[in-house]
Amino acid sequence: MLDWLQNVGKKTLHGFESLGRSAMFFIAVVQGIGVAFIRFRLTLREIYSVGVLSLVIIAVSGLFVGMVLGLQGYVNFAKFNAEESLGIFVALSLVRELGPVVTGLLYAGRAGSALTAEIGLMKATEQLASMEMMAVDPIRRIIAPRFLAGIISMPLLAAIFSAVGIFGGYFVGVGLLGVDSGSYWSQMQANVDFSNDIVNGVIKSVVFGIACNWIALYQGYDAVPTAEGVSRATTKTVVRSALAVLGLDFVLTALMFGDI
Amino acid sequence: MTDTNQYISSEPLVEIRDLYFSRGSNAIFKGLSLDIRCGQVTGFMGPSGTGKTTLLKLIGGQLKPSEGKVYIQGQDVNAISRASLFELRKRIGMLFQSGALLTDLNVYENVAFPLREHTKLPEQIIRDLVLMKLEAVGLRGARKLMPSQLSGGMARRVALARAIVMDPMMIMYDEPFTGLDPITKGTIVTLIKQLNNVLGLTSVIVSHDVEETLSIADYIYVISEGEIIESGTPASLRKSSSEWVQQFLNGYPDGPAPFHYPAPEYTQDLLAGR
Repeated sequence: MLDWLQNVGKKTLHGFESLGRSAMFFIAVVQGIGVAFIRFRLTLREIYSVGVLSLVIIAVSGLFVGMVLGLQGYVNFAKFNAEESLGIFVALSLVRELGPVVTGLLYAGRAGSALTAEIGLMKATEQLASMEMMAVDPIRRIIAPRFLAGIISMPLLAAIFSAVGIFGGYFVGVGLLGVDSGSYWSQMQANVDFSNDIVNGVIKSVVFGIACNWIALYQGYDAVPTAEGVSRATTKTVVRSALAVLGLDFVLTALMFGDI
Repeated sequence: MTDTNQYISSEPLVEIRDLYFSRGSNAIFKGLSLDIRCGQVTGFMGPSGTGKTTLLKLIGGQLKPSEGKVYIQGQDVNAISRASLFELRKRIGMLFQSGALLTDLNVYENVAFPLREHTKLPEQIIRDLVLMKLEAVGLRGARKLMPSQLSGGMARRVALARAIVMDPMMIMYDEPFTGLDPITKGTIVTLIKQLNNVLGLTSVIVSHDVEETLSIADYIYVISEGEIIESGTPASLRKSSSEWVQQFLNGYPDGPAPFHYPAPEYTQDLLAGR
């Protein structure tokens, strides 16, 4: 019993310590982000590796999610003869919720884990230490450009996800199930609000971008510099990013749409 | 003893005074004091796990001692600002055991890395400098290779070229001979010696390779359990009366450094299982 208590205490203290370290890390990265703007070529390279290389998985997932939405929406709307509302349903689900959230989850799996592994290996092979000894600050040179790249990429990926998803819904709803094409688009146009829906979706994906990249980069930077440590850090990145995305989504949704 | 006098006569570049450092509850250095002198090759020898690499990190300011001071050219490494520490580090090269080359850059870009980060030199001059340094380590022809295509010895030579590209005043070598075949080892030994003499560097070598270190060092500190056990020129070290030093230099399996990990008495331990 005493052992158990001691263990709980130790784990809690550890948790707080790690939280503190990650906060200091975050502050250091934000302070260094100016460099990522000034030397934007470094950031561009990272946008390629976290953004462009995630495009395939984002587009394909978006297509299928949109198709499923089209199918499910049609089946249920048909009961009330409300098939023409399919366009609003698909667009709002994607733009408000599924676009940012699923993109965040996929980003954590595809890009976040890669970032953690990359930074962790750089630490394990003393690359970060050697940079420091060459008087180059690894937070500015390595971490900050990746952080900025992730924050830029995430909303763009979410937008692509939503756009492809809307076409997926169109394909199933209009193409296969015979909903009227004009009402699919005009209902969507009339009912999706720019500031309420689209901007809020973009805000969500920016927040998820900050969270996912913070977690991924911190886990890599703080990893135990061995093969085992890096693999454990990678797992942590995916699990914590997923939880962060889902948890933050609830908070943001409550703030944005809660009073309607 | 004349070479010892000669050693003492040159100015100290690095002074370490009463250095204490511990990891967790494990004390690594207990009041270390020593000097590293200008223009010399200073060697640190000792068994694995005595914190030789830690010592280099303490000198470079990557770790903070719990007590004591490290001075480089009279500046207290732990008291100066981060900016001045970085200024200082620009003039210190360090060769990591693994080479620590940046894996996403090729050999040429790795050597050019410090120049690109710290200077605004035109590409033509960067190219000249990089090729000069690569020529010095014999790898001018390998400039297009990626670090993953290099053997361990080649990676270390590229790292050496990178360490000298800013023309430092001092280079620290972390286990430069470990895991190399005899030919490559010979190459590295010659390179370290040549660089020290030709460029007028100060070199610090941390190693447990006895013969190689004795052959190039001007002065050697033998460290064990956080303290300096013996120091002197290679010749005086060979004549040391300390049993421990003799065991270390000659590689005897048993002696003052015991072969056995502390354990209860052998027969009792066997009988205890009955």
